[in-house]
Amino acid sequence: MTALQTPPDTAAAPTRSTAPARNSLGDKISRYLYIRPKMRVTGLLLLPMLWLGVLYIGSLALLFITAFWTTDSFTSKVIPAFTLENFTEILTQPAYQATALRTIGIALSVTMLCAALALPLGLYMAKVASPKMRAVLAIGITLPLWAGYLVKVFSWRITFSTGGPLDWLLAPFGATGPGYGTAALVATLAYLWFPYMAVPVYSAFRQIPDNLFDASADLGAKSWATVRTVAIPLLKPAFIAGSIFTFSLSLGDYIAAQFVGGKTQVIGTVIASNINLNPPLAAAFGIVPIIVVVIYLFLARKTGALKAL
Amino acid sequence: MRLSAPAKITLRVFAGIVMAAIYLPLALVVTNSFNATTSGAFPIKDFTTKWWVAAWHNEGVREALWTSIKVASVATAISLVLGSMVAFALARYDFFGKNTVNLLVVLPIALPGIVTGVALNNTFKTVLEPLGIGLGLFSVIVGHATFSIVMVFNNVQARMGRMNRGLEEAAMDMGANMFKTFFQVTFPGFRSAFIAGGLLAFALSFDEIVVTTFTAAPGTETLPIWIFNNMSRPNQAPVVNVIAAVLVLASMIPVYLSQRLTGDDKK
Repeated sequence: MTALQTPPDTAAAPTRSTAPARNSLGDKISRYLYIRPKMRVTGLLLLPMLWLGVLYIGSLALLFITAFWTTDSFTSKVIPAFTLENFTEILTQPAYQATALRTIGIALSVTMLCAALALPLGLYMAKVASPKMRAVLAIGITLPLWAGYLVKVFSWRITFSTGGPLDWLLAPFGATGPGYGTAALVATLAYLWFPYMAVPVYSAFRQIPDNLFDASADLGAKSWATVRTVAIPLLKPAFIAGSIFTFSLSLGDYIAAQFVGGKTQVIGTVIASNINLNPPLAAAFGIVPIIVVVIYLFLARKTGALKAL
Repeated sequence: MRLSAPAKITLRVFAGIVMAAIYLPLALVVTNSFNATTSGAFPIKDFTTKWWVAAWHNEGVREALWTSIKVASVATAISLVLGSMVAFALARYDFFGKNTVNLLVVLPIALPGIVTGVALNNTFKTVLEPLGIGLGLFSVIVGHATFSIVMVFNNVQARMGRMNRGLEEAAMDMGANMFKTFFQVTFPGFRSAFIAGGLLAFALSFDEIVVTTFTAAPGTETLPIWIFNNMSRPNQAPVVNVIAAVLVLASMIPVYLSQRLTGDDKK
């Protein structure tokens, strides 16, 4: 592109009275494109659409097609054919059903946990904390996003290890940490995705005018009644927006499951373990999170919350 | 809001606990990197710097770091070009299918990473491998660029919406052609958003693991893949811990830079 930049037209400089001869290549292309906005848009979108539209969407489409193929059980070679075998296997095998349902359950628990933590934190930050404290906390909740995904998983792997910090912390109360397992997995995922919920909830809290709370108090509502009947309905779009991230990110995660989940199997673990041995089955199972996310987005849209964003 | 004093105190304590829960595990990673024993028992009794020395001399780490930098640089370059192009098209033109294009850019980050990973893995294995483009460094870059485009796109598009188009028209009226106008007027206008988007794309790529595991060949190790492969090996765990501690500390750099950049724009 830089090559097309034209040097100042020195040839035309002395003859100022006549129209300058603007005939460099860049000028020609410019003039050609100037009157053809459609060409300009096409030019701009051609490469990105080749990448996203052909390569990426093409890959997703191919994934969908592969889900109907089968593999040679001896050589693990993919055989193009049309069979519903993979889908019937996912839908009828109790182990696969349980894995899919467990993963959805984990994603929902993570979302609930994030929402339950974001509500009081948002209330404190928006309505109680001093402006300075508010700024510190606002940076405080977003900063860990930069710390690196694996580092955070690792930090909770240390926390939950047997005889580790959590066990040590709970020892005076006569309790031990849950160890690696589903509970540790939910806690870790909630930790990972919490900023995605906390930030929209906090900014939505900030936008609620104080006089709404005053009015509610004047009418005799106690703090909790005000939060429940005034704040939560107004925060609904923020909760839903945040939940899309916490839900969808938890649904696709399997690395955390591997390191803090103990024996807990999730959709991702099944896909990862089949990707080389039985790609069509992995593909079919890969469609499960897509369908769940689409249903989730559809439900979120139906509540009308997405329009308010 | 009229909250009772106990309610305020409860909220304050709660906020304190949440912040502690956010930062204690990270502090733990840094402290634990000096732990002399590998048993993971807590509290830490003996402190040592030997793991830091071991990590510094670890060949695998160095190679993985270099791979990560290469992947992130190329993926960022691609997403800077493609992301800006889409942002330009969407911010400046009205055309049929605009919403679809917008959705298409966001989709790779909206769908779970595992879906993108499996889809690209499948494409590389069934379509591109027979053509001689198998899984390797290239496929990792392709995967990373795919989800990084949205980072640049978001930043640049937001800026373009606020830019004064009159300046561009003035430049053109004064005889600058389209390219000159772009490089001398338009680009300086969104340069800081462009750089901020690039930083985000780089950070995202540098940190990515899920798409990477599916698009990397067995020999291709980015830093997250190296950590992933070594986290459960007891004899490597201390070195992993040091790398994790370095990453926690180093993560402050992009935060600082992006704060600076967005801060500059507000002036």
